[in-house]
Amino acid sequence: MVTQLDPRASGALGPPPDADRPAVTLRGVTRRFPRARAAPVTALEDVSLTIGRREIVAIVGPSGAGKTTLLELVCGLQQPDLGELAADPAALMPQRDLLLPWLDALDNAGLAVRLAGATRPAARREAAALLDVLGLAGFEHARPDQLSGGMRQRVAFARTLLSGRPVLCLDEPFGALDAITRIELQSWLADALTREPRTVLLVTHDVEEAIVLADRVLVLSRRPGRVVAEFPVDLTRPRSRTGPALVGLRVAVLEALR
Amino acid sequence: MTTPAPAVVEPSDEEPGRVDARGPSTRSPAPVVLARVRRVLTGGRTRRPARIAVAGSHLTAALAPAGLVVVLLACWEVYVRLGSVNPLILPPPSAIARSVYDDRGLLWSNFTVTAGEALGGIGLALIAALGLAGAIHFSRSLRRAVYPLLIGSQAIPLVLVAPLLSAWLGFGLAPKLAIVVLVSFFPILVATLDGLAATDPDLVKLVRTLGATRWQAFARVEAPNALPGVFTGARVAVVFALIGAFLGEWSGASRGLGLLVEQAIPQLQTARAAAAVTLLAGFALLLFGGLGLAERRLLPWTLAAAR
Repeated sequence: MVTQLDPRASGALGPPPDADRPAVTLRGVTRRFPRARAAPVTALEDVSLTIGRREIVAIVGPSGAGKTTLLELVCGLQQPDLGELAADPAALMPQRDLLLPWLDALDNAGLAVRLAGATRPAARREAAALLDVLGLAGFEHARPDQLSGGMRQRVAFARTLLSGRPVLCLDEPFGALDAITRIELQSWLADALTREPRTVLLVTHDVEEAIVLADRVLVLSRRPGRVVAEFPVDLTRPRSRTGPALVGLRVAVLEALR
Repeated sequence: MTTPAPAVVEPSDEEPGRVDARGPSTRSPAPVVLARVRRVLTGGRTRRPARIAVAGSHLTAALAPAGLVVVLLACWEVYVRLGSVNPLILPPPSAIARSVYDDRGLLWSNFTVTAGEALGGIGLALIAALGLAGAIHFSRSLRRAVYPLLIGSQAIPLVLVAPLLSAWLGFGLAPKLAIVVLVSFFPILVATLDGLAATDPDLVKLVRTLGATRWQAFARVEAPNALPGVFTGARVAVVFALIGAFLGEWSGASRGLGLLVEQAIPQLQTARAAAAVTLLAGFALLLFGGLGLAERRLLPWTLAAAR
């Protein structure tokens, strides 16, 4: 297990010592949830996957395919019932922004730094630098209720980045936003990850989002979730949503989802 | 190859209550309050409320309750003057006002005693209630052990306990503080516990994934979440506390508005007794309003949640 990186190094995150080992490895992972007076539900069955360092992998699948379970396993919030799982420290960004309403953007973004023992001014300084990079300059002192949904999601992303964990698990990060804001934030995230490369596991319902952002798209089957297809996305960035290659890939992924 | 995303204001959020675009000024809660006041006053129709319009509407807002009070007082005065009731039983407002003025020295010196007892008792109740709320929140068995006792304690008739406490603890400050704590502790405790329990579990889970200990999750998420509850409890408690202090004095004291009233009534100085009660009522309003102001000032995000 790679030790947790100093959050202060988040700006220039160098590769961890054993850079040849993948960031996340699942081998034959199965996860079941027991039910009262009924057979257990199998959320994930025999899932194997490997995610390289700084690779962006999108996971698409129908509702109930165990996508969120997969992320929680990688983040260590759940344990697999069968199989092996090894992952670098991972931070979860849920669909709801879950910002603390009494803190301003700086304090919210720097929450993990503060929890790790840094002083408030130090955490705020670090957050300020990142919020600036993420296009939130001028909104550092706004509370969540004073920010739009898209801005809140960006602050939540900053908070996830500043946790200093090398792996980011994004659980439908833009699912609660309107279509226009969503497209805007997808471009923004692609951009942010170009400048701050991380290992990313992105769970989404949106096939287009998956292809625009990811290096690789995995398709999970209906429950019990299994990896049924895998599409490498060898397109240059920034990607055009309407380019023939992307549209062709989208058709193929949608076909696999059926 | 790519340029940084500009700090755009999302188009869907162009509503008058928002203050995003005002940038650094959002550090103080005043713009939020003002924006909200404006929106309420204008019914959200116009975006340029003049300062005079705001001041004028404040005046209108204050006039309505003041007018009601004036009308009620006038009816009362007329009712007594028409000889419908003996002014020694129900003194007219004019007599009460005269007493407030004539007895101002006497009233004030006794008022400070009662106010001190009430405030001191609330302070003690706050400390005890917040401490116990935290402990109960962490320990289910403590909750099971203590909660029934506390609920039972609220059913004890105070008129029964107050003289006993005076007999037990003497005629000084102690029995008054005991009664005030007894009546104001419970509302603060219950509201605080509710606030702690009402914390979004996803928020707690999130800070735990960010590495928070159980204690950090309490201090950074649950405790701030309970603060509006603390204020709600305190607002209820101040009113109870004044009644408690008054009752404590009534049951045996050397000073205080309760004693003043107790002595005034047998001497048929009912206007003076009513003046003392008026003072107490005014103080209750002041404390209640002050707490509301303090809450808006200290917890500005609760305003945003309410709109």
